[in-house]
Amino acid sequence: MSAYQNLDQMKGDFYTQKFEAGKQDGTLIINMGPQHPSTHGVLRIVIEVDGEYIVRAEPVLGYLHRMHEKMGETQTWGGFIPNMGRVDYGHAMAWNWAYVGAVEKLMGIEVPERAEYLRVIMTEFNRLTSHLLWWGAYILDLGAFTPIMYAFDDREMLLDILQRPSASRLTYSNFRVGGVQMDLDDKCIEMMKAFIPHFRERLPMYKDLVTDNIILRKRIEGIGIIDQDMCRRYGCTGPVVRGAGVPYDLRKDEPYSVYDRFDFDIPTQDSACSAGRYHVRVAEMEQSMRIIEQALEQLDSAEGGHIVKKAPKPSMKPPAGEAYFNVEGGRGKIGVYVVSDGTKVPYRVKLRAPGFSNLNAFAEAATGTILADAVAILGSLDLIIPEIDR
Amino acid sequence: MNSFMQNLIPLVIAVVGAMVWLGLNALVLVYCERKFAGHIQRRPGPFEVGPHGILQPLIDGLKLMGKQLLTPDNADGFLFWLAPILSMIPVLLLYMPIPYGPTLTGLEVNLGLLLILAFSSFNGLALILAGWGSNNKWGILGAARAVAQTVAYEIPLLLTILAITFMTGTLNLTEITNMQAGHIGNWIIWKQPLAFIVFIIAMFGETNRAPFDLAEAESELTAGFHTEYSAMGFGLFFMAEYGYMVVMCSVCSVLFLGGFQGPIPGFEGWWWMLLKTYALLFVMIWARWTYPRVRFDQLLNLNWKWLLPLATFNLLATALIIKL
Amino acid sequence: MSIIKEHIIQPIKDCWSLIVGLKVTGKYFCKPLITVHYPREVIDDENLSTYGGHVELIGKPKDPAMPKCISCMMCVTNCPSKCLKLVKQKAPKLTPEQEAEKKRCEEAGEKFKKPKAPKNPAKFMYDYTLCSLCGTCIDNCPAKSLKFSNNMYWVATSRKEMNIDLLARLKEQATKLSASAPKTEAKPAAAEKEA
Repeated sequence: MSAYQNLDQMKGDFYTQKFEAGKQDGTLIINMGPQHPSTHGVLRIVIEVDGEYIVRAEPVLGYLHRMHEKMGETQTWGGFIPNMGRVDYGHAMAWNWAYVGAVEKLMGIEVPERAEYLRVIMTEFNRLTSHLLWWGAYILDLGAFTPIMYAFDDREMLLDILQRPSASRLTYSNFRVGGVQMDLDDKCIEMMKAFIPHFRERLPMYKDLVTDNIILRKRIEGIGIIDQDMCRRYGCTGPVVRGAGVPYDLRKDEPYSVYDRFDFDIPTQDSACSAGRYHVRVAEMEQSMRIIEQALEQLDSAEGGHIVKKAPKPSMKPPAGEAYFNVEGGRGKIGVYVVSDGTKVPYRVKLRAPGFSNLNAFAEAATGTILADAVAILGSLDLIIPEIDR
Repeated sequence: MNSFMQNLIPLVIAVVGAMVWLGLNALVLVYCERKFAGHIQRRPGPFEVGPHGILQPLIDGLKLMGKQLLTPDNADGFLFWLAPILSMIPVLLLYMPIPYGPTLTGLEVNLGLLLILAFSSFNGLALILAGWGSNNKWGILGAARAVAQTVAYEIPLLLTILAITFMTGTLNLTEITNMQAGHIGNWIIWKQPLAFIVFIIAMFGETNRAPFDLAEAESELTAGFHTEYSAMGFGLFFMAEYGYMVVMCSVCSVLFLGGFQGPIPGFEGWWWMLLKTYALLFVMIWARWTYPRVRFDQLLNLNWKWLLPLATFNLLATALIIKL
Repeated sequence: MSIIKEHIIQPIKDCWSLIVGLKVTGKYFCKPLITVHYPREVIDDENLSTYGGHVELIGKPKDPAMPKCISCMMCVTNCPSKCLKLVKQKAPKLTPEQEAEKKRCEEAGEKFKKPKAPKNPAKFMYDYTLCSLCGTCIDNCPAKSLKFSNNMYWVATSRKEMNIDLLARLKEQATKLSASAPKTEAKPAAAEKEA
């Protein structure tokens, strides 16, 4: 019994039916299905194609929904931290920070200065790993197979550094309410200080091999315009909005922790195309290194330990109330909103994922482009599907 | 009858030799490609099968031969299986006129270049049959693109070869090689540098390789024309592609780099030909692992707006200079 | 003039970027490999010592086979994934002398001190298939009896194998330590000889 014999009886699922309801004549409806050779995750995009041009595109989410917010209602306050590492494996420490920051706000805990510096250093290193992974995977989508290997060479050095304070290499959960799990030992600080000049030497090589390459430039320049107006409508944040010319970065506009003590720039590009977002992220890597350098210098003079004295236990009971804390992640503005009713299990944990808003801009940005450009636009948005589906 | 038999035996030997050469090349090239790719990416590449992975392509070939041959439902079986065979057979023919050594020519044909150009177009036909016979919308899309690419890139190839023909006055590859005898300064590349560059780029486009490999590695977007092929069907396409690569590189080294002639007189031999061919193949593999893919419309733009005018200009300039 | 720049000079510059790209990969082609070719090579010990593998017990300094654990169950209750199972030791049965002592105390009206149960656990099972490597158990142990292991090359072929008996593992490590101790004593002696 062949599937093709039932072709006229097969209707497709809810999303396909709704999408097909608006079909124009002479177009083809295809699925960039949940299984991608690209590395974004489990994302399905239903596209209506007229020859080569995309007429309509619609992402279908939910293939990776793991109910983190529901787990927030059954897990203790301290026991939810590993979940935050899994929501976004790219920039896990930023998600950790957002949650822990919200709980600290709720409980009125003041984090010691040294712990703040440690958090900044580790999160900025994590941002470097996230951008390196994005860079390698993006170029892989576009067809070059070696830059991802070079990026992973640097990333291995970073992971060796980051495994020291956190005993993890990808899904970090070393933040605690009141500080961090472990302090940095001397060898770790030495490795960090050695990494920065090494990476600064490597960046020109990335520029020669990839950024200046004419083939790449032709693939990403002018593709996928997401301008300021679109960003405002969809709520895009992070490199997407900075690539459109708006210098909005939470570390400068709503400084949290000790970010106001560092001197760094917010790179922006005016072109609002994929190339703009690309250049913003590459420039952000340099700025992250500046922050790390300054933080390492200021670390010695910081007071306090790596965690507040009498740190609350995982089964803590914060006073009833609500708190919201947002953090600048590698993809944009990460926000966590917690509501407590005084018990040792949160009443509600709401996670605001930057990828969710960024992805929605894809549908509008991709209309009118060629099918091959859809991959370029998708890659430039730097999506991590687990954080979109949560 | 006697002369027929006299001509038949060398021909049969030549065909068998071509098959052996094709098979060996496929094995060696697969291994070289994976090893070069590995070392460019700073990893070992195949290592476990045989010492340093030498037996890897052999075992891969055996694996491909052992897999099940699937025909997709509602596919045109005859066309579906004709396509890889059609892709593969002309390659054997293409090896005939190429002089691999002073006495190592399969079949000395007066119109060798014309033969090569004519039969390399079969590749395009095979791609269409593969895409159509797969009964897969992605396959048809991919095949249409691949054919447009192949057909487009044949024209600058033809024009550069015409320029060389104007210069040398012959289409016979052995004679072209003999004209480059003597020292290294006699090679045609010094007299036709623009033609060399255009030929190299057209070579990449013609064989669906390196930055122009939309048909081959398009799996990120559409599935490509050879998606429905399993086992040996895929294996034949693969071998045919490497075969075409070797043919193109051999033709390039004959036309521009002097074929089996050495840099100083008296040193000619088949090893020079092998060296030059493999140097060009190395460049092709190197380029594949360095560059991202070109978008389809940019690919065609490159051909029609850059390569074609350059090749025509080259041809006219050559004709002008010869006349004067 | 700008037409010439745009259509002739810029394309030449663009093609030069392609050559530069080839130079970069060519340079890396000639450099040594950076992957660790397992099993011919292994990760160096210094790096491995900070690797956070599965959780394991720390033995007492004087008695490496005995964990520092006091069976307080803090790790078990605080684990977000509920992957630790601890069974406390029961108080030992009374010996005949203690029975006699108990009878004497009851008759005399004194309180009989029951022998206490030893503090270390009887059974400590750890289901690695559930663990999320968060370190909450390590942080909350008052006796500092848990740590991350360096067990990176561990493979298992079934779920049951991933259910580790931590006490057995500690005993194994203790015997390995005592087996290698005489060797380490020999090394300084050799160094002293040279000096």
